[in-house]
Amino acid sequence: MPDASYPEELLYHAEHDWARIEGEQATLGITWYAQDSLGEVVFYDPPEVGAAIVKDSAYAEIESVKAASEVIAPLSGETIEVNEALADAPERINEDPYGEGWLVKVKLDDPAEAEALLAAVDYRKLLEGD
Amino acid sequence: MNGAALRRTPLHERHAELGAKLVSFAGWEMPVSYEGIREEHMAVRTHAGMFDVSHMGEVEVEGPDALAFLQRVLSNDVAAIEVGGAQYSCLCDEGGGVLDDLIAYRLGGDRCLIVTNCANHEADLAWLGRWSRGFDVAVRDVADRYAMLAVQGPHAPQIVARALDVELPPRMRVAAARIGGRPALVCGTGYTGEDGVELLIDPEVTAAVWAELLDAGVVPCGLGARETLRLEACFHLHGNDLGPERNPVEAGLGWCCAEATGFVGAEAIAKARAEGPAERLAPLRIEGAGIPRQGNPVLVGDGEVGMVTSGTFSPSLEVGIGMAYLRADLAEPGTEVEIDVRGKRRAARIASKPLYRSPSHYRKER
Repeated sequence: MPDASYPEELLYHAEHDWARIEGEQATLGITWYAQDSLGEVVFYDPPEVGAAIVKDSAYAEIESVKAASEVIAPLSGETIEVNEALADAPERINEDPYGEGWLVKVKLDDPAEAEALLAAVDYRKLLEGD
Repeated sequence: MNGAALRRTPLHERHAELGAKLVSFAGWEMPVSYEGIREEHMAVRTHAGMFDVSHMGEVEVEGPDALAFLQRVLSNDVAAIEVGGAQYSCLCDEGGGVLDDLIAYRLGGDRCLIVTNCANHEADLAWLGRWSRGFDVAVRDVADRYAMLAVQGPHAPQIVARALDVELPPRMRVAAARIGGRPALVCGTGYTGEDGVELLIDPEVTAAVWAELLDAGVVPCGLGARETLRLEACFHLHGNDLGPERNPVEAGLGWCCAEATGFVGAEAIAKARAEGPAERLAPLRIEGAGIPRQGNPVLVGDGEVGMVTSGTFSPSLEVGIGMAYLRADLAEPGTEVEIDVRGKRRAARIASKPLYRSPSHYRKER
């Protein structure tokens, strides 16, 4: 597994999720801390393409050997793509949480929602306060 | 997390050095995994792993009436344990409910050691104390006298024998030994479905023994792998699959109940056996996606027919597995059911025990 990292170009949600915003779209996933806490991911249950996801609410489920965990949406939008490759290789969420382990792509309802998210430095501070 | 009040085993610093994830477990701070549950699980299935299980409790029962007393409180036929023997038993209440499940080791003619589940240790002691009245026996809490290491896996016996220079007892036997220069017990028991031993050793030499085994290539394993291994082997976990509200017959433990001995709870258990239980504990496998978890309802059609008591992802079988209490007529291998996993119905099939059988487990000789 890789070492802890929190890329500067991403925005973070306190429930340990990240968003990579590109115009009116965003790619979402879970942070290094989240995958490390869960342990080896063995199952990813994505939303359906077209499903609406709502900021601060659960939109998917990830299971590790020891526990099931809901994934909280950092932003609201319509699911336009899910990472199908995770069906056969859910361990990519552990191996590359910000790259091949991405979870969904969404068309954002309101890009201004991003203002409530944390920069990497602030998310790190939140983790240190844990 | 408030770790201040948690108890620590003699290996706490070793676990921290190895980068273990530590969790609170029944009042103890215990390692849940080091490198990863899957890796540790597979190390035990294919090589050798070691678990710090020093949180387990030990009770010594000694005196002229030691066997008669244990015969009164334990479900199995204690009189059948030879000196140096070990036997699995339930500790039952008057209604036949299971207060704990444990192994009794006969160390001498009138001396036995029982190893309790840590969450039940204090209650077990109180129960044993209460029932010991009228018997010429001493019941001693010796949990602080022992640390416990389970070394399990197909290569575990040979590695332990060589690294610690001890003679190993056969399965379900116990041998006195010297480990780290101190008196110790080597037990041919385990909770993984693999060959291996459990070592009861002096807490002061535990760190040194751990280091010896680590140098000999034994893989440190946490409670996470202990859980996946025991569930594949269909061993019960008290608090999940067993409890005071369940009797051994429902739990599939009728084989360790010798009602003729007249133990506490025997009458209720004899009745349960004669009437046949309404529900029985059965292992199950998910067919396809999904992982059953404790508390998930078991469904047939629209009817709820039972409840999952333990569930996990099986690293050996790479599928969701579990155990559930369900209507006795459905608790047969092959029965198709569905598990309600947080609102999603997952197809599952009742399996036979064990869910995973190790090729090395039933080897008689070393």
